[in-house]
Amino acid sequence: MFIAWKGLALKPVYTVLLVPSAQHAVRAEKVLLDAGLVCKLIPVPRQIASDCGVCVRVVQSETEKARRILAQAGLEVEGVHRLL
Amino acid sequence: MPIIYFDNAATSWPKPDCVIEEMRRFLKESGANPGRSGHRLSVQAGRKLYETRLFGFADPLRLVFAHNATMALNLALSGLLRAGDHVITSSMEHNSVMRPLRHLERRGVALTVVTCAADGTLDPERLEGEIRPQSRMIVLNHASNVTGTLLPVREAGRLARRHGLLLLVDAAQTAGAVPIGMSSNSIDLLAFSGHKSLYGPTGTGGLIVGERVDHRLIEPLMHGGTGSRSEHEKQPDFLPDRLESGTPNTIGLAGLAASARWLLDRGIDSCREQEIDLTRRLIDGLKSIPGVVLYGPGDPARQTATVSFGIEGLSPSDAGLRLDEEFDIQCRVGLHCAPAAHRTLGTFPHGTVRFGLGLFNSGAEVDHALSAIETLRPGSRH
Repeated sequence: MFIAWKGLALKPVYTVLLVPSAQHAVRAEKVLLDAGLVCKLIPVPRQIASDCGVCVRVVQSETEKARRILAQAGLEVEGVHRLL
Repeated sequence: MPIIYFDNAATSWPKPDCVIEEMRRFLKESGANPGRSGHRLSVQAGRKLYETRLFGFADPLRLVFAHNATMALNLALSGLLRAGDHVITSSMEHNSVMRPLRHLERRGVALTVVTCAADGTLDPERLEGEIRPQSRMIVLNHASNVTGTLLPVREAGRLARRHGLLLLVDAAQTAGAVPIGMSSNSIDLLAFSGHKSLYGPTGTGGLIVGERVDHRLIEPLMHGGTGSRSEHEKQPDFLPDRLESGTPNTIGLAGLAASARWLLDRGIDSCREQEIDLTRRLIDGLKSIPGVVLYGPGDPARQTATVSFGIEGLSPSDAGLRLDEEFDIQCRVGLHCAPAAHRTLGTFPHGTVRFGLGLFNSGAEVDHALSAIETLRPGSRH
């Protein structure tokens, strides 16, 4: 998901949503994809948490929408971090 | 005739081809550790694990995997019952319920075993008479592993709700074979095995934890790595991680997902119809052979496809050996890990001959077995 601007490729800005476990992440992925929202499961970045599991990465502009969809599905988001 | 497999009540066999193919594919293409590492193959394995959970319950994360129904039952019983609690069960239970309960009894849990009728059926009113202020749980099998008799879980569920008790159902014999409504039957905890009527591989099973159960009160059987909260040395308190430590049997659970899909494609109701027809054929045939004693309700609608019987003048062990050696029929004889059930039926300590039919059995196989029993009968002119 790269944006071309005046010949430069700019990296999009992402946020990651932390959920309790890897199985919660898989559930979150399914819920978001079913709702038509693009996401990706990635290892939890070390600077955010020392957890060895996975978290849900979404484009920053869709963060609130993602949180809303997950809340409706009863999925707890434990933290939201901007990915640098 | 090739080998006739009538031991589906222990482990179903053969398995659908799709189960074997899925396990092979999983091991070859994505057999990584689920939810530990975060790389692509690990996430894929995690997705497969989650897919298997989907067949359980409204909230897939309240399905906790175990190696078999025994482990799931131990988890529920040892995890929830404390000294001073009272628990009620039936006399038709398998040792997977009886032994953990007898163990807990030594640790200060009070136990009442309600005696069932000689055909294995249970009058739910007898359960109500045993409820005390300390009663915490009713534990019942959905169907007996000896006679296939279905127990009144719906009525037990209503009772449990009315008196504020939990209902734990051992669905080892029915998961996949008989429709089970967890909420419509007020079941709080459901233990199942994957390798019987769900047609999955051995080493798979689980416990479904209903919404009414505070999972934080379930003491885990095992503590350990979950891939979550790795910075803490304390066990997580959320499901399924709290109760699922260590690397799961992912390949087995991949097979279970395939078998569950296979069953749902065929339709649980139509599978049940198929088994009822086959069971009726067997029961009617057995009833027509003089000297054969049938145990259980003798009515396919009130039982699973598991049928127990005895042959007058022939011990169950001799019958089993001859059925195998002379007729290539594989069945299970003896006490079936359920001494209390056999005491109820009046067949302790010799036990019975048990035919556990399944979806891969045919009417022709049942007919062949019936003529074999006719031949075995002492005094038969064959």
